[in-house]
Amino acid sequence: MTTLNWGSISSMLVLFGTAILVVTVASLIKSSKKDLLVQVMTALGGLGGLAAVIIYWHRVSSDGAKLSFADTVRIDHLALFIIGVISSIVFLSALTLKSFFAREKLFRAVTTEIYVLILLSATGGAIMASANDLIVLFMGLEVLSLAAYILAASNIRKAQSQESGMKYFVIGAFASGFFLYGIALIYGATGSTKLAQISQKLVSGAFVDDGFLLGGIALFLVGLLFKVSAVPFHVWTPDVYEGAPSPFVAFMSSAVKVAGFVALIRVLGGALIESAADWQPIIYAVSIASMAVGTLAALVQTNVKRILAYSSIAHAGYILIGIQAATKDGFAASLWYLAIYAMLAFASFSIVAAREGAISGNSINDPNHIDNYRGLASKQPFLAVIFAILLLAQAGVPPTSGFYAKFSVISAVVDARSYPLAIVAMIIAVAAAFIYIRLLIVMFFTPADSSLLGGATMSKTAFSKTTSKTMSPITQLDASENSDATFDKWKKLGANKLNLAVLTLAAAFTIAMGVYPAPLLELAQSAAQSLV
Amino acid sequence: MAEALTNTVWFLPLAPLVGFLVLVFGFDKVFDSRNSQKNVPEKRIGWLASGFVITAFVFAVLQFVALLSLDGHDRAVTKTLYSWIPVGSLKVDISFLVDPLSVTMILFITGVGALIHIYAVYYMHGDKDYRRFFSYLNLFVFSMIILVMADNLLLSFLGWEGVGVCSYFLISFWFDKRENASAGSKAFITNRVGDFGFMLAIFFTFQAFGSLGWQDISHGASSATASTVSIIVLLLMLGAAGKSAQIPLQVWLPNAMAGPTPVSALIHAATMVTAGVYLLVRVSPLLEASYDWVPQVIMWIGLVTALVAALSAMAQTDIKRVLAYSTISQLGFMFVAIGAGAPVAAIFHMITHAFFKALLFLGAGSVTHAMDGEQDINKMGGLSKHLRYTTPLFLVGWLAISGVPPFSGFWSKDEILAGVYNNNRFAYVLLLLAAGVTGFYMTRLVLKVFFGKPNYTHTPHESGKGILLPLYGLAALAIVAGILNLPFSKDLLVLEHWLEPALEGGFVKHLSFGGGTQWVLGILSIIVGGLAMFLAFRIYHSNRFGSIQKVVEHQFFYKAWHIDQALTSFVGGKGNRMFQKAADFDTKVVDGTVMGVASNTKKLGGVVRLFQTGKIRSYALWVTLGAVALLVYFLIRAL
Repeated sequence: MTTLNWGSISSMLVLFGTAILVVTVASLIKSSKKDLLVQVMTALGGLGGLAAVIIYWHRVSSDGAKLSFADTVRIDHLALFIIGVISSIVFLSALTLKSFFAREKLFRAVTTEIYVLILLSATGGAIMASANDLIVLFMGLEVLSLAAYILAASNIRKAQSQESGMKYFVIGAFASGFFLYGIALIYGATGSTKLAQISQKLVSGAFVDDGFLLGGIALFLVGLLFKVSAVPFHVWTPDVYEGAPSPFVAFMSSAVKVAGFVALIRVLGGALIESAADWQPIIYAVSIASMAVGTLAALVQTNVKRILAYSSIAHAGYILIGIQAATKDGFAASLWYLAIYAMLAFASFSIVAAREGAISGNSINDPNHIDNYRGLASKQPFLAVIFAILLLAQAGVPPTSGFYAKFSVISAVVDARSYPLAIVAMIIAVAAAFIYIRLLIVMFFTPADSSLLGGATMSKTAFSKTTSKTMSPITQLDASENSDATFDKWKKLGANKLNLAVLTLAAAFTIAMGVYPAPLLELAQSAAQSLV
Repeated sequence: MAEALTNTVWFLPLAPLVGFLVLVFGFDKVFDSRNSQKNVPEKRIGWLASGFVITAFVFAVLQFVALLSLDGHDRAVTKTLYSWIPVGSLKVDISFLVDPLSVTMILFITGVGALIHIYAVYYMHGDKDYRRFFSYLNLFVFSMIILVMADNLLLSFLGWEGVGVCSYFLISFWFDKRENASAGSKAFITNRVGDFGFMLAIFFTFQAFGSLGWQDISHGASSATASTVSIIVLLLMLGAAGKSAQIPLQVWLPNAMAGPTPVSALIHAATMVTAGVYLLVRVSPLLEASYDWVPQVIMWIGLVTALVAALSAMAQTDIKRVLAYSTISQLGFMFVAIGAGAPVAAIFHMITHAFFKALLFLGAGSVTHAMDGEQDINKMGGLSKHLRYTTPLFLVGWLAISGVPPFSGFWSKDEILAGVYNNNRFAYVLLLLAAGVTGFYMTRLVLKVFFGKPNYTHTPHESGKGILLPLYGLAALAIVAGILNLPFSKDLLVLEHWLEPALEGGFVKHLSFGGGTQWVLGILSIIVGGLAMFLAFRIYHSNRFGSIQKVVEHQFFYKAWHIDQALTSFVGGKGNRMFQKAADFDTKVVDGTVMGVASNTKKLGGVVRLFQTGKIRSYALWVTLGAVALLVYFLIRAL
């Protein structure tokens, strides 16, 4: 009988507790300040989660991993590392949402729920990160996913958003079925759902080539590879991302994905490490397929959100490379990649969200069309520069974080002597650069076409018809011709100051991690070390 | 003292980095009380940027002084800033290697860089993106410093990519014209192929040596297997070919002339494009340890490039394109030198080439300035009457590149020729031919631009002092740089002695013949060069040999042997279609829907109709198929 160690699960409790608190407070208070209050609470929740992680990290360093709930929850460096990433994303998300709500004119009731859903989804991710039992893992996955489905559908004014949420839900439930069935088979084979016990059973060697176990692994992998949108389980990703509101896509593509990967790492790298020879070829094939399909498809897209969606599929392939290596260095490389990619994806989609705001309310059919990014550098130079940094990082150009991320996963498989995978990964990295350079060219080296400038003038008229409070401040910025004036105006606007600050932070993080990756790398290393 | 001086090495990259940041964030505005936000005088921006590069040059000189105060064999000082990637088996530091090779590079990079910056202050006058231009330029100098000072492959690669990015941005600087933007992406794409080789080489190096440091590589080279080392060298050569525009990756450089002229001079003639040469000289011990045919491959790639590019240069009509093909050709000379075991000659030629080619490019800038932006040499002529200062300066560059003694180009080119003669007589003949063609096309250029009948109506005006001043400096260097390494006696081979410690264990073939043969070779190259220049004079000045002119300016040469066209038509045509098909597979087949889902979803709208599209079903189908594939795989393993 183990006692419950409250301290160890404090980060999870903070996230969950804040969610409950937000619901309660929001239903009690009717003041006009409610929006702000809820936003601040959510941000503090994210920050609190991060603080709890930092505080408990040292405890784990000295005392070792803490087990709770009859050994089903294991707080170790791996769990804390991922909870830290998720909490940071919650914090940043909370800061950026306000301008989106204002722009889409979403009701207060809806907006409160959204903060709650983000916190709940993050709690689910935290449960997955610390799960030491397949059932708990499933529970975490469902908490995470259900909230994400609703987030995808949360823009009640747009049919696209609802459609996206519906698709995500139906196909997600389908994948969960596989996942659960996989767990059942693994349980059937090994007689346990506890990761540590499964691992021990495998060490004994009794399950070599056991059909039940292998079938279980296969179905289990389907569920998780779906969550991380790896090929061939990726088909939902571009459509769902395209339809879902961009700020939540930013959250889904970072926090939700991180949680899916940590589950893969925990189970494959922990419980099933003994049968690595069985699952490595699968990850090998899926990784190559994801990189190739993601990259090739991203090249021909004309919608920036779809480009980023396919690019996220390609990145999933790269993260899988480190897992394929099945070494501590490989897992550490993947974890590091995950952390910096979470930031990249979050910030990239946040920029899409900001840009959408600048052109919504006019007659352009597709607000995310690549043409809407023409000449962004002269219209919104700051936004363009930040996007450029993020894109260069995704392309893997040094000295950004993306360079070291790709470098580390590839050197991990080189160490593990999977040379063909390394070479394929590098060839695809070369091709992938085209995706990002295309966007850079559009932003920096394409003058804003006069025919398309119509968009800006349209939004200007739209703006004059509505009050400034309901329109996104960025809309006004876009209409302005002079970049200096744009910057000044932007500076004056409170809501966007936050968005800008978050994006600047992301860009700074991206460069800092490329120039000085060591500290985060050490954290990732100790996280990988804590695998059973 | 040396210790204290080498400690200042960090100021080298810091100066241009600070310059970049100041310009990007507009900190220079802070010091301006009157014009608070706008209208910072252009010149202040330009001089600020130049000042940071001059500062870097000063620190480069300090490093030079520091090395001089050390004994020959001690001249390799490693300075570590911090541990970049400290974890696992891979340990890479942010550290610089101060040795004769890196200091030589950095001296001419920052020196020429400073001169070109000053030139640009005046040349870019009135450009709307003046600030952006100088911030890129400073960032470029920063990256270039990282590239050559790095003490390991990975940090060097960081600089390598950095100069690449700056280069693309600067090529596309005037992106209002569509072809300029596409020239930038062409450079990017071609270089990605080379970078791929570089990246692979990094991994192989790490596998073979357990380290990425230059010194570890040098020391370990002899004990590694020849096959591994050969692979590494060939991969690095691929990277070098991309950056230094060698066949088959040379196609981007002529298009890169779309960038402003100071950029062509600095990046695409004097510094960045020589990075490949530097890289191969740096890993010279690897060449020594590889199979014998590997250096031969490098030599022949260089030789073919030198010849093909020189023969293309003689048919060009755009002044900058003549110089671009000339640069490709001259870089080919340097690769020949490396492959023939004469790395000192390669570095020597790199330095003299930096001087005279920068001079020629800046001179060409002055010419086009006078011609109101016209770059077609057929529309020029007789400019010597109007450009009283530019003309003699340009002529100095012409004499230097054509190999007329005692100008610098003669000495460095002859050293390469001697090295090749030492190695392979047939290759020597071909290279001598390339040298002759060089004299021919440069003479043609000079005659068409500065002499003969004017083909324009307006009165060209000479450039201002600010533009001419750097030209004087470069001209002086282009004349005298030959004294760095004179072949007359052992004591006069200053550069060779200086570089000796850095090239220890490298691929160096000593000349198997004496001074007498060298005299003969030198006189031979003067005769060939003289004949070629005389022929050009007869054709373009005395208007003789019309038939030869027709051959020389044939479409085949003008189109640079149709290599570019062939590549473009493949990539744009057949290759593109294949690619498109592969990409469509996912959007069409995997998605189970046609492209342009945005319009699709819009049409369908409601949630109810969602299921009728079959999309969800097709998703489910793919997930199921994937699951079945996984199951089948695992069950087969279980059997």
